Amino acid sequence: MHQLLQQIFSGIAAGAVYASLALALVMIYRATDLVNFAQGEMAMFSTYIAWTLVNAGLPFWAAFVITLAVSFVGGMVIERIVIRPVENAPILTAVVVTIGLLLIFNATAGWIYSYTLQEFPSPFPDRTLFGALMTTRDVGVIAVTLVMLAALFCFFRFTATGLAMRAAAQNPESARLCGVRVGRMLALGWGFAAAIGAVAGIMVAPVLFLDPNMMGGVLLYAFTGALLGGITSPVGAVIGGLIVGVTENLVGTYLIASQLKLTVALILIIIVLVFRPNGLFGTAVVRRV
Amino acid sequence: MAESVSLDGTAKLAMERETRMAIAVWRWAGTAALIAVAVVLPFTLSNYHVFELTQVMIYAIAVLGLNILTGYNGQISLGHGGFFAAGAYTAAILMHRYGVPYWATLAPAALVCFGLGVLFGLPALRFEGPYLALVTLAMAVAMPQLLKYFDNWTGGKQGLVLVKPMPPPELGIDRDRWLYLFVLVVLLVAIRVAANLLNGRTGRAFVAIRDHPIAAAAMGINTARYKTLAFGTSTLFTGVAGALAAIVIGFVAPESFTLFLSLSFLIGSAVGGIATIGGAIVGGFFIEFVPNFANDISDAAPWAIYGLTMLLFMYVMPRGVVGTLGPWLAHAMQQFRSARRAAK
Amino acid sequence: MKAKQMIVAGLCMAGLMLAGNAVYAAGQYGPGVTDTEITIGNTNPYSGPASSYGINGKVHAAYFAMINEKGGINGRKINYITRDDSYSPPKTVELVRQMVEQDKVFLLFGTLGTPSNMAIHGYLNENKVPQLFVATGADQWNDPKHFPWTMMWLPSYGIESHIYANYILKNLPNAKIAVLYQNDDYGKDYLNGLRAGLGDKAAKMIVATQSYETTDPTVDQQVVALQGSGADVLLTAAIPKFAAQTVRKVYDIGWKPTHFLNSVGNSVGTVMKPAGLEKGVGIISAAHVKDPTDPQWQNTPEYKEWLAFMNSHGLSGSITDVQAAIGYSYAQTLVEVLKMCGDNLTRENVMKQAASLHDLKLPMLLPGITLNTSANDFDPIKQMQLQKFDGTTWQLFGEVMSGSGT
Repeated sequence: MHQLLQQIFSGIAAGAVYASLALALVMIYRATDLVNFAQGEMAMFSTYIAWTLVNAGLPFWAAFVITLAVSFVGGMVIERIVIRPVENAPILTAVVVTIGLLLIFNATAGWIYSYTLQEFPSPFPDRTLFGALMTTRDVGVIAVTLVMLAALFCFFRFTATGLAMRAAAQNPESARLCGVRVGRMLALGWGFAAAIGAVAGIMVAPVLFLDPNMMGGVLLYAFTGALLGGITSPVGAVIGGLIVGVTENLVGTYLIASQLKLTVALILIIIVLVFRPNGLFGTAVVRRV
Repeated sequence: MAESVSLDGTAKLAMERETRMAIAVWRWAGTAALIAVAVVLPFTLSNYHVFELTQVMIYAIAVLGLNILTGYNGQISLGHGGFFAAGAYTAAILMHRYGVPYWATLAPAALVCFGLGVLFGLPALRFEGPYLALVTLAMAVAMPQLLKYFDNWTGGKQGLVLVKPMPPPELGIDRDRWLYLFVLVVLLVAIRVAANLLNGRTGRAFVAIRDHPIAAAAMGINTARYKTLAFGTSTLFTGVAGALAAIVIGFVAPESFTLFLSLSFLIGSAVGGIATIGGAIVGGFFIEFVPNFANDISDAAPWAIYGLTMLLFMYVMPRGVVGTLGPWLAHAMQQFRSARRAAK
Repeated sequence: MKAKQMIVAGLCMAGLMLAGNAVYAAGQYGPGVTDTEITIGNTNPYSGPASSYGINGKVHAAYFAMINEKGGINGRKINYITRDDSYSPPKTVELVRQMVEQDKVFLLFGTLGTPSNMAIHGYLNENKVPQLFVATGADQWNDPKHFPWTMMWLPSYGIESHIYANYILKNLPNAKIAVLYQNDDYGKDYLNGLRAGLGDKAAKMIVATQSYETTDPTVDQQVVALQGSGADVLLTAAIPKFAAQTVRKVYDIGWKPTHFLNSVGNSVGTVMKPAGLEKGVGIISAAHVKDPTDPQWQNTPEYKEWLAFMNSHGLSGSITDVQAAIGYSYAQTLVEVLKMCGDNLTRENVMKQAASLHDLKLPMLLPGITLNTSANDFDPIKQMQLQKFDGTTWQLFGEVMSGSGT
């Protein structure tokens, strides 16, 4: 029994890590209708910026805020100079461009910071909670993910910019006719996604430890979580991420040798998706000829 | 009035037909010349360069397969590295465990990968966009794990070391040149088959489904059947390429088939030219040579250079090399001919 | 000039006659060697999932540059060609063929990765090109009968877990052992080595195994599952990132097994400190290299020399990486072998000299650990020493051990 609880809580802690990056994926998908494969590497790079600032002697939260700002601007700049030129090209071109970004960020981080594992400070005290089921670091990740979720939810639901952003992604022409500055919305979407990614990176780095390949594996899980939840839904992304985390732990512990746990978890998720092709919380898009 | 228009129209039609025939003749001549060059080439190069070109052709076949699915049918796959692995291991296991001669492994590899592709195509029918990407991604992620798990068959972590094929002695050529010619023949057959398929009824159905899925269904195209077929054909090509890779390298291991291989095929497809056959060959060259070129420029961060080169290609030619230059060339040719006709 | 060479050659000929089978003769060169240069090839993963190992190649390059600055080896500079194979075996084959056939390298040195070396094993032996000091700890490389052109360097992973097995059999005969390993050749070698070391008791003593992939974000699930098995001994065969996670998780969930941590992931700086120093107290590990982040070595002249070398060659970002100390020792071994070859730089002689190492000491190896090879033994390092973590440093204990268990 304790084992089961332990696995579920570990799964939730890992799931929160996936969920935090999944939120960034949802953000960018809602804003630009594109899955950004470089999202994880951008988050990793932001984390290195924070790491540099902390090592330079800045207090943690100051470094945090500066990194967020830098990432936000960086995301917008990337949209302007890298994504915009291929905006009207086939979707595959855009996908490949984000893969190019992934390679560039990964290699540049390795080149500047080396591939040696780095320690990243956690803003939370190091303590175990609930009879050693969780640590304060894990709870911190979950709390921050939920805060981001709430912020995103409110942003899309209650702000004019959020509404405009959704309009710009779903139907750029009509949005433009209604006076929405579509270009600016796309850039904003990238900026926000980069900032969310930065928060995710900074929160998970104390848990996973920092190296240039830190987010490579996480991206896969985050992508799965975001799709399971429904790629357009922030709530779905978080729940999807948590389900992926818990499922993987339970499959690896009770169902099959750990070598195949990811494979089996993926198959289970695909089976679920066969019955809900838009994810658990996604909305079906009505298509016209 | 009406008559002059129709006369004009007929004349124009005749002219166009002539231009098209001229293009066809040129194309035939060009193709024949290219094949001739491809056959002679290995005898002017060092063994290593011959080996490199063999690799290019193998990648070209794999990219061609992906192109059928992604380019012509609009389904993005992140998992073709997995099918490449399936083909490679089919060939390797047949050669290693059952002593099947290397040339006889291509057909079984093709068959296995066609079957796998159809199997994946079935659930994939329900998905599109990022969801389809996830299903195929699962293939790429699962394949190395399965290969390691079933190590009785696959040799697991150690991989399988294969006996290198020997050229027929009466030809008097060495192994590298023989393998080059062997792969060249497969490539030519693959291109021919792909061209027949894609320029015919099936190809039109693929494209119709890509561009207007609902309209295509309304017009009576069996969407499910064609989508599954596109999947199966695509993975068949990629699987054959995988088998060739196993034969030429003489070694397979799970590490040879990472997610990055799948991404490389996508990159090759996009850089070469989406929905073009010639683009696959350009893509093969890109996958083979650009990483080396990147390594020449920077020891420290080769992937950064590789990524930058990719971005550069995508800016200058967003539809890929052949997808951008092809129409431009055809247009230029038409201009040239009509200018010449006007001069006459 | 010409006359001088003639005289030298003549003297050497005379020397050769006098000494019978002495090897010194001017101009006995294999491919890739001239009077002024020795060309050496290498592949390393500078990109991709295994890029953290790429530091090995970078350290080699820097070390050879330093040797060249000092005048080279017997007046010959080392021309070191190293290329990125991204840990992909087909790429390794391609690059190695390029180096052998186009660049005409004298030998391959320190090529990294088990699958990559497997892929070029046959080719190099067929073409009689030395594959010296492969950078992998797998067990199968020491096979001079069938593969006389391939030599290993690292103590094999199997030997290391053999040492743990001996310790367990002696001190913890009733242990229930859990194993966490990386799901590839490296991790499985540890598991198999442990099984072999425990002999017929293995099936009874090993109560649980769990593996992870390098793409897994965490190993929490595996650690929790292993705790649930009721084991009281844990062997962790993991690279630094996952080793650090394991040390931390074991502590956090209140599990207190006797923890054996593999040498691949026992660095004070990149494993124990990130995990939390107090969480690693009591962990046992084996070592053959001086961990540059362990305070006990930081006042030794050997460490200071290494540090100065690292800092003066643009590698100061990696001074906490034990791989950098390993790469340094690799390069020193090759330089030593090339020195021993004198002017007889044929591929045959380089293998012969490499197979004649006798008690070679290297500055960054632990005291007492030396390199020994012979015509029948292509495995230079067979010794390691056990050590226990005390919260700040590794305390060596017991004697230098070898894996045969005797």
